[in-house]
Amino acid sequence: MSALLETEDLQVWFDLPRGGTLHAVQGISLGLERGERLGLVGESGCGKTTTALALMGLLPASATVSGRVLLNGIDILRGAEETMRPHRWVDLSMVFQGAMNAFNPVKTVGSQIVEVLELHHRAAGRAARVRTGELLAAVGIPDDRAGRYPHEFSGGMRQRAAIAMALACNPSVLIADEPTTALDVMVQAQILELLDALCRDFGLALLLVTHDLPIVAQLCDRAAVMYAGELVEHGSVDTLFHAPRHPYTRLLFAATPDLHGDGLPASIPGAPPRLDRQNEGCPFRPRCDRAFARCVDERPLLRTVAPEHGAACHLNDVAAEVAH
Amino acid sequence: MSIVINEPGLIAEPEPIRSRGGILWDTIRRRPSATIGATILSLIVVGAALAPWIAPYDLHEQVGPPFGAPSWQHPLGLDDGGVDMVTLLMWGARISLVVGFAATLVSMLIGGTIGVVAGYFGGKVDGILMRITDYFLVIPDVPLMIVVAAIWGPSLFHIVIVIGILLWTSTARVIRAQVKSVRERVYVKRARALGAGHVRIVMRHVLPQVAPLLIANTVLTIAVAVFDETALAFLGLGDPSRISLGKVIENAFQRAAISAGAWWAIVPPGVLVALLILSCSLLGQALEDALNPRLRVAHVSARGFRLRPLVGRNADAV
Amino acid sequence: MSPERRGCGGRALSSNGADPLLAVDDLVVAYPIARGLAGAVLRRPEQRVLAVDGVSFSVDRGELVALVGESGCGKTTTAQAVLRLVEAMSGRVSFDGRDITELSNRALRPLRRNMQIIYQDPYESLDPRMTVRDAVEEPMLIHGLGGSREARRELVLEAVARVELTPPDLFLERYPHELSGGQRQRVAIAASLVLEPDLLVADEPVSMLDVSVRAGVLNLLDRLRQDGLGILMITHDLSTAARYADRIAVMYLGRIVEVGPASEIVENPQHPYTKALLSVVPRRDPRDRKRPQVLTGEAPDATRIPSGCRFHPRCPVAIEECRAHDPELLRPRNAVSPDHRAACILA
Repeated sequence: MSALLETEDLQVWFDLPRGGTLHAVQGISLGLERGERLGLVGESGCGKTTTALALMGLLPASATVSGRVLLNGIDILRGAEETMRPHRWVDLSMVFQGAMNAFNPVKTVGSQIVEVLELHHRAAGRAARVRTGELLAAVGIPDDRAGRYPHEFSGGMRQRAAIAMALACNPSVLIADEPTTALDVMVQAQILELLDALCRDFGLALLLVTHDLPIVAQLCDRAAVMYAGELVEHGSVDTLFHAPRHPYTRLLFAATPDLHGDGLPASIPGAPPRLDRQNEGCPFRPRCDRAFARCVDERPLLRTVAPEHGAACHLNDVAAEVAH
Repeated sequence: MSIVINEPGLIAEPEPIRSRGGILWDTIRRRPSATIGATILSLIVVGAALAPWIAPYDLHEQVGPPFGAPSWQHPLGLDDGGVDMVTLLMWGARISLVVGFAATLVSMLIGGTIGVVAGYFGGKVDGILMRITDYFLVIPDVPLMIVVAAIWGPSLFHIVIVIGILLWTSTARVIRAQVKSVRERVYVKRARALGAGHVRIVMRHVLPQVAPLLIANTVLTIAVAVFDETALAFLGLGDPSRISLGKVIENAFQRAAISAGAWWAIVPPGVLVALLILSCSLLGQALEDALNPRLRVAHVSARGFRLRPLVGRNADAV
Repeated sequence: MSPERRGCGGRALSSNGADPLLAVDDLVVAYPIARGLAGAVLRRPEQRVLAVDGVSFSVDRGELVALVGESGCGKTTTAQAVLRLVEAMSGRVSFDGRDITELSNRALRPLRRNMQIIYQDPYESLDPRMTVRDAVEEPMLIHGLGGSREARRELVLEAVARVELTPPDLFLERYPHELSGGQRQRVAIAASLVLEPDLLVADEPVSMLDVSVRAGVLNLLDRLRQDGLGILMITHDLSTAARYADRIAVMYLGRIVEVGPASEIVENPQHPYTKALLSVVPRRDPRDRKRPQVLTGEAPDATRIPSGCRFHPRCPVAIEECRAHDPELLRPRNAVSPDHRAACILA
């Protein structure tokens, strides 16, 4: 089985300005099928954005990367920029966090999309302008708005335009980093509906990077939960909500308020561990409500606990032993 | 499209908060231009301050012939009155620095106050104060100084005031801009919501935030004040009873040092003034760079990152 | 949440006899629009935007009222006007039965200690150069409270303990940048609590915090509410409002369009805007996927307020009459609670 996009043991370190390194991503192995929608969930600082940027080959000079990024089975990370560049924006493209505020304010939105098309030799001149109109129409912006400047667009429209720009070269994978964070709920719903339609209509595979569990629950097929640079659980969104096998996933859902139902959400005590030093044992142990002796010095590995469902928790071994 | 991403420093050791003195000291140590500036400036200040004790000769003592050439006893020669140039420079720098510092103090008080008041209150107050600042800004300083110094008569005090009331404009503008941004910080709004008065907010929350910038600006202004004083003294508008560096140059000029071939009577004071101004500019510039709010973001850059070779089971794949 | 709390959640808009802690009556706040150079030269009349246009509500002691709406609906302006941080154009704000709209700034100052605000951004709301101790002590210094230095120290310690930063000694000498977002927000709350206020305005108190710590801060507010604090929470997050508020007021374009007990607003919404807003809130459970009722049309813009019902251009059920008739807040036909109000002629 070869997925469309796959990472094998992806790791990222950052050199810190005051010396030392920060192990931001600690061995992520993920697979994304054609047309699939995967949510990459975690709190701030857990390494989810770094993972996304590593997939795009867009990390700053202070970063060191190892592992493999397989696109259709071919490792595109092995030659660093050499091998990443041909695929960036062409096969893999990304809507950055805050992308809606990243348009050049003195150029029209349309011309900025034309620029992308020309840069990647997709189209030029008139053809590029026509294609820009099509792209804007695909994200729900009337194409006569192409000549407008970014400040004439609302936040939601700018985010749509950012998505159009990411789609310029017909990528097969779209990475969206917190695409709705600064938006109102109503606009958020519009953007999510758009992403949903794009995946359905164009067979686009979506990697949705977010801290917001309900968004993933509503939009994605599968989710991967990251904690302290590691993947702690992955599986279908339904299993993760109804039968989580890692305490962090369970507690994260319990901390999320829901419109209906009773009781107050419960916070997870404590804070994530620092990633600029070596941590022993399970990284979640200090905040876990079910930690036991083994969690102190043995780091749990991500194991398959059910078909299409993996978790990195010692409790699953205990459960297996009890079952035997 | 330019995107900035936050460095993932969230879960790392927080940087210890540095005191203002610590930041100043750090800047001086780490930035070569600041180090050079601070070294030169402190050498001149020490030399000038200790003039009464370490100057080799007396300021009014004739120790040789007029325009005596440099020698072992007098490394920079003698002036028209046969006074040792090294001694003269030390005493001259003293007056130049006193005027420079005093005039800067005056301009900081005016500029700082106007900047803080305009930036903090905004609106009409800001409009009026900034118009006034603009008027002062377009006045050519040196001609006005000449006029005022000529009318008031030459005295050290007048020189300080004249320079002081003309140099505050840039300080006022810089401080105003900074105060405007600090005023919008949530903790300042919170203090207002708490019921804190304006004086308290300015003293406790606003001034501490703009103080570093004020310091950098002070150092820069000293350079201009020293230059202006030199210019006035050179034009004969300085206090005749006090010998500043400008006065030394003027004297040499008046007594035809050039036609006498006594370059040592003109070049060393000129160089000293230049060094003084240069050192203040280097230090002030470096401090301003360092103390302005720093952005801790990295731009997304392709081909930035390094690749760590795969090891173990993947080694054959490389 | 206890059922009896839900049951009595919707106290009468004006509780019989006794004055509510905070009563806002027909509040109007206007901002001038910049005319631009051309406008000023041509002496065009100065235009105003009605950010808040006739808002009335109340907050009781021990009650948490959530003001919910999209950005630009006027909820933050309302909160600021309640605290007199912006001036109202008309209307009344009464605090503990006393009209504070006309008070001078000086006369208002002693009252400020009774009404506190916490802001959205915990990273900006503390002075980076002040330790936790200084930050929590400052309000007392401003109001000349707390007695001796020793007594103040004791009160600071107490407040820090009350917001569950334990052990308090560990936090007192720390600077904001050494704290997490949740901890900073707790410090900001502690700095409000030392004055023992009756009313706390919380402007999006958790929207910038990580999910795992949000509940901690909100649960803290909930406990303070149980101790008798009246809380006005500004939020865009209906899920949070649903869980923590006693009453919810939904705002649209400067008006409250629906108000009532939280459970009733969530389970039995009557205004089409509230219904739409509720339908787009993503649910935790993937099995609860429903097609959201996404509103189209331009986002609300306070500079161009539509005639009639201000929601009619985007309303999925609008009828001809809505264009002309500006509906009042009335009890809807299908309301269960006596305190439920909606501004819709169809409700």
